[in-house]
Amino acid sequence: MKKNRLFENIVHGIFLILGLITVGCVLLITVYLIISGIPAIREIGLWDFLFGKEWASTAAEPEYGILPFILTSVYGTAGAILIGVPIGFFTAMYLSKVANKKIRAVIEAAVNLLAGIPSVVYGLVGMLVLVPAIRDIFNVPDGASLLAAIIVLAVMILPNIIKVSITALDAVPKEYEDASLALGATPTETFFKVSVPAAKSGIAAAVVLGVGRAIGEAMAVMMVAGNVANMPSLFESVRFLTTAVASEMAYSSPGSLQRNALFSIALVLFLFIMLINATLNFFLKRDNSHYKEK
Amino acid sequence: MKKIISLLTVAMLIVCSLTGCGGNKEAVATDGSTSMNKVIGALGEAFEAESGITVTYNAIGSGAGIQAVQEGRCDIGLASRNLKTQEKVNGLEGTILAYDGIAIIVNPQNPVSDLNVESIAKIYTGEIKNWKEVGGNDAEIVLIGREAGSGTRDGFESITDTEDKCKYRQELTSTGDVITTVASNPNAIGYASLASVKDTVKPLTVGGIAASEETIKNGSYVVQRPFVLVTKKDSALSESAQKFFDYITSQAANDIISDAGVVPAN
Repeated sequence: MKKNRLFENIVHGIFLILGLITVGCVLLITVYLIISGIPAIREIGLWDFLFGKEWASTAAEPEYGILPFILTSVYGTAGAILIGVPIGFFTAMYLSKVANKKIRAVIEAAVNLLAGIPSVVYGLVGMLVLVPAIRDIFNVPDGASLLAAIIVLAVMILPNIIKVSITALDAVPKEYEDASLALGATPTETFFKVSVPAAKSGIAAAVVLGVGRAIGEAMAVMMVAGNVANMPSLFESVRFLTTAVASEMAYSSPGSLQRNALFSIALVLFLFIMLINATLNFFLKRDNSHYKEK
Repeated sequence: MKKIISLLTVAMLIVCSLTGCGGNKEAVATDGSTSMNKVIGALGEAFEAESGITVTYNAIGSGAGIQAVQEGRCDIGLASRNLKTQEKVNGLEGTILAYDGIAIIVNPQNPVSDLNVESIAKIYTGEIKNWKEVGGNDAEIVLIGREAGSGTRDGFESITDTEDKCKYRQELTSTGDVITTVASNPNAIGYASLASVKDTVKPLTVGGIAASEETIKNGSYVVQRPFVLVTKKDSALSESAQKFFDYITSQAANDIISDAGVVPAN
């Protein structure tokens, strides 16, 4: 008996340590980002940094304003969500409630495959197919633009949205739907008025994951967006927060204001992601308590 | 090759004993041009493998590198431009290590095949916006460039005198991306180091002269710049620094220099 207890304690201890590794990593990254991100913001000034419209880090008179990056990241993510969420949501709905087993198996396999494609491949296909296509279709001089990035991001977030939404929709108790059908509601009415509200928090979680993936993606976006620090506009070359860090990091010399400013951008991106998570957590929690009251 | 090196070593030892330089440190400090990162990195590695002496490199920019030599903070300064008269008067000496040739590339479908430096500069600063102004099709010119801090961008902009004035449509992070993009857009123009240009794009002649190792070396192809080793004229290098200097300016280093994408000067 005593031996057993000891063994249990040891196992618990090991689990605790393993769990703390994750926490440790988050803490380490947070602390590191804050320490290396603050000096440049201090030197440039918070207002000039966040709301400056010019970024010219290597110019003779350098400018470090990241408003174009922030707006581009926000617009790009919003655009990707706008395109990706409806497609992903209805796909999940179809797969979970309507499709027969065979079709579901085939489409789910395709979705899983889509999730496994490395982002550099998305970028390459976007660069070689999508960018020239946008140039021809919209008759613009060059296709590398915010639009190209939005389309690539929308495709990239699809698997996340579909998979998480399916899980949520599958988890809706069959009794709810049966009851609705028994009361004379059509299947479509049942899906939208019973299944979806019951799976609401799961679907919201799918959207968060989509936002998180879209705002954090660098590689694919870097290859299709053109990377010029313009204010965002659909057919203009733009630079995201992620690509701003990634594209200049290699050449910036350690300790320079440029390098520090890149860390500050990373810090801003990090805060963005924390903000998104916190907001959605808030909504999800409110959602749950709402249900309990009922 | 070993013979040459041993001969050089002997020669250097004699020089050292004459001047009495006490170079006992086993590291060579090279500071300067960010563009020379690749070539100095490759040379340093090869030198270290051969002699066991480490070579350190700080990418602080040509100007700062020259100043560092002047103040004795490093052994060899690296500059991606020729020394100015004032710098020479101050007792510095430049030895050209290699030439960095930058090819101006367009899509193979583009009828334009020659531009001069002035029109290239005007195109990149946005003064010339349409290909028909330089004898091409009626289409907007799409400017492809590299990201801030890139050695190729720095080189291109300093040669064409367009620093901080270029109105890029795309800033890409690798030479490969620039070539792919120019190859896929019929109205694009880009620049890339000569060694990496492929058949999928068309290199322009500049002022009628095609870029080649020869035209870069004799200076007739103008979109190029020298990679200069900066040393002090009147004080000798430390033993290990001199060894490194001799090694990288010898014929033996030429292959390494070519592999780094630039044209060896010697």
